[in-house]
Amino acid sequence: MKYIDEFNDPALARRLLDDIHATATRPWAMMEVCGGQTHSIIRHGIDQLLPEGIELIHGPGCPVCVTPLEMIDKALEIASRPGVIFCSFGDMLRVPGTDRDLFQVKSTGGDVRVVYSPLDALRIAQQNPDRQVVFFGIGFETTAPANAMTVHQARRRGIGNFSLLVSHVRVPPAIEAIMQSPDCRVQAFLAAGHVCSVMGTAEYPELAARHRVPIVVTGFEPLDILEGIRRTVRQLECGEHRVENAYPRAVQDGGNRAALRMLEEVFTVTDRAWRGIGTIPASGWRLSDAYRDHDAEHRFDVGGLTTRESSLCRSGEVLQGLIKPHQCEAFGTTCTPRTPLGATMVSSEGACAAYFLYRRLDATAPRPEEATPVG
Amino acid sequence: MCLAVPGRVVAIEERDGTRMAQVDFGGVVKDVCLAYLPEIETGDYAIVHVGFALQRLDEESARSTLELFEQLGVLEEEFGDAWGRAAAEAGVAAAPEEDR
Ligand code: SF4
Repeated sequence: MKYIDEFNDPALARRLLDDIHATATRPWAMMEVCGGQTHSIIRHGIDQLLPEGIELIHGPGCPVCVTPLEMIDKALEIASRPGVIFCSFGDMLRVPGTDRDLFQVKSTGGDVRVVYSPLDALRIAQQNPDRQVVFFGIGFETTAPANAMTVHQARRRGIGNFSLLVSHVRVPPAIEAIMQSPDCRVQAFLAAGHVCSVMGTAEYPELAARHRVPIVVTGFEPLDILEGIRRTVRQLECGEHRVENAYPRAVQDGGNRAALRMLEEVFTVTDRAWRGIGTIPASGWRLSDAYRDHDAEHRFDVGGLTTRESSLCRSGEVLQGLIKPHQCEAFGTTCTPRTPLGATMVSSEGACAAYFLYRRLDATAPRPEEATPVG
Repeated sequence: MCLAVPGRVVAIEERDGTRMAQVDFGGVVKDVCLAYLPEIETGDYAIVHVGFALQRLDEESARSTLELFEQLGVLEEEFGDAWGRAAAEAGVAAAPEEDR
């Protein structure tokens, strides 16, 4: 237990761990959905503090990683057009498209700008009425309300030169898809706290009951994650499959009602392709028909692009928890944050990046139980 | 960009018909829209995601989360020099940044 002194409350961490060790009698595999949780787990070595056989499987919860290649290529195409100001969050800059990234588009003359918030992109549109300003709207349920409100404001304030390239994804259908996969080893979920801050927990009881999996809403701090694991193990040991909220200081069961109303108004649920995973039914949002003229895909003709994925990259398997990053042959050799083959190495929330950052020395030496699938 | 970062509301004003706040994230101050958290007051802590306040948070949780996010590099990623970072990763000189 080499890392435990680094916890902000080592005594509490010790109590939670002792409880997990005392409760666990069998191997269990649980998935932390959110990439932020993955980073916290790997940095603090939480997976190494758990009893033998309790395995954390890293989930698809990184919006940068799951944005489909086709959408990246569309973004690159739009950003290269004269007269366009293309705005994006900074972590999209180096996500590889078929043959380049946004960073390269900028260095070859494209007007690509990094913004902190979609509202910044709206301000740029207001200041540049003779240009087309496009914002790359990616993200899970946490980001979607911001983009919904921004489009809503563009409409209300008559800012016609603003549009959104939408690639939003939703967590519950991804959980469904993971559970339906024939290779699925996941027996419980640590749900992403911030997603639930917006959406609440209403979507989960049905999933938990149908697949007989505990779902515990969990935060990001090491102690939150330990508490999430503790409750999950308790349920698994008792054969229960309930939804529990272990992050009540940021999550109310009903979510954020104002945000939910805005999502309902601006977006429509749609099938969405996930990079490396494929299309998941009803797993995304697009702009609703009433907002179609603010849809960049409608405004710019970007259909018919040919995409080509790296044949080496196994990020689809990483995102579904089927392999750990260091089990990919390219990991740390041909694929590094400097020369990323896949988005899971580029994004700071990606699992490959987490392994590269915090485990580079022992990356080739997985724990024995990782080599033998549990369950 | 995916994690929501806690911050402290330092000022509130009405702008273009929308309630906006200045929020301090451990030293970096940003404009934040309060449309989804209209009841929040100056001095309160909230978790903020890409410029929108989403939920109120108590001060202690806010502080410990900020500390963790600092360690994980989330703050640098959210508020730091994205072009410089991308350039360093790509191994080239940084492109100039016009819109800060
Ligand atoms: S290490 Fe690189 S090539 Fe391998 S799965 Fe991760 S991103 Fe893809």
